[in-house]
Amino acid sequence: MSTDTPAGSGDAFTPEEIAELQSRVDELERDLADLRAETADGPKKMVIVATKGTLDMAYPPLILASTAAAFGYDVTVFHTFWGLEILHEENSKDLKLSAVGNPNMPVPNAIAALPGMDRMTTRMMRNKIADNDVASIDELIEISLESGVDLQACQMTIDLLGYDEADFYDGVTTGVGAASAFQEMVEADIQLLV
Amino acid sequence: MSTEASETLDVKGQNCPMPVIKTKGAFEDLPAGETLEVVSTDSGSMSDIGGWAESTDGAELIAQEEATEGGEDVYKHYVRKAE
Repeated sequence: MSTDTPAGSGDAFTPEEIAELQSRVDELERDLADLRAETADGPKKMVIVATKGTLDMAYPPLILASTAAAFGYDVTVFHTFWGLEILHEENSKDLKLSAVGNPNMPVPNAIAALPGMDRMTTRMMRNKIADNDVASIDELIEISLESGVDLQACQMTIDLLGYDEADFYDGVTTGVGAASAFQEMVEADIQLLV
Repeated sequence: MSTEASETLDVKGQNCPMPVIKTKGAFEDLPAGETLEVVSTDSGSMSDIGGWAESTDGAELIAQEEATEGGEDVYKHYVRKAE
């Protein structure tokens, strides 16, 4: 037998209490339906922020983006700072790799810093890419766009680096900033900074 | 289940991520109830296409085979589209 029942409440609820509980249940059911609709709303999303423009660092965002699209994800890649080079139609075909500051390279920094060394390192990497049947950057851009990936170029860095909208591949989204990238990240299931 | 395929996708000589992306494209065009055969030379495709099929609605991985053809290793995948 309970001893903490409020005095006078008896065993049965009053009609007012029942009505109050019923309206509370209705309210919770509405909230639950809204939440379900929100979470079941469309495909999953991934947002990648691509900030690097060297030959090696151009690959991961494009490979992940096109792969996620094949898994049915809605994908946005927001390119900012040197990441813009990946979307720049001319520069993307000439991305470079430096051996300086990379201890995995078989060349000491003092030698890697000599004139012409970046060109040599880049050529070696390009040959390796071709020998191993790895897709080129412009192939990956094309396949990403075809798969519905939204490749975005940050407007602030377009202006900062003195680029023009026409410099970028057809299909690249321009005129977007941190706020729109952030909004997409809020809604995304996966957010990556590369 | 039979690995009789109605369509074959040849992605030999292509590396990650292409086999999965091309598989997805060919799978979209595949009629329901049919099986797609994917022939790849990328050893990573065993795990990649397996994972893709597992998380794709309506895709069922029937079999994966390794073989040697013309001196090179090939990886064959059979993906069926649900009716």
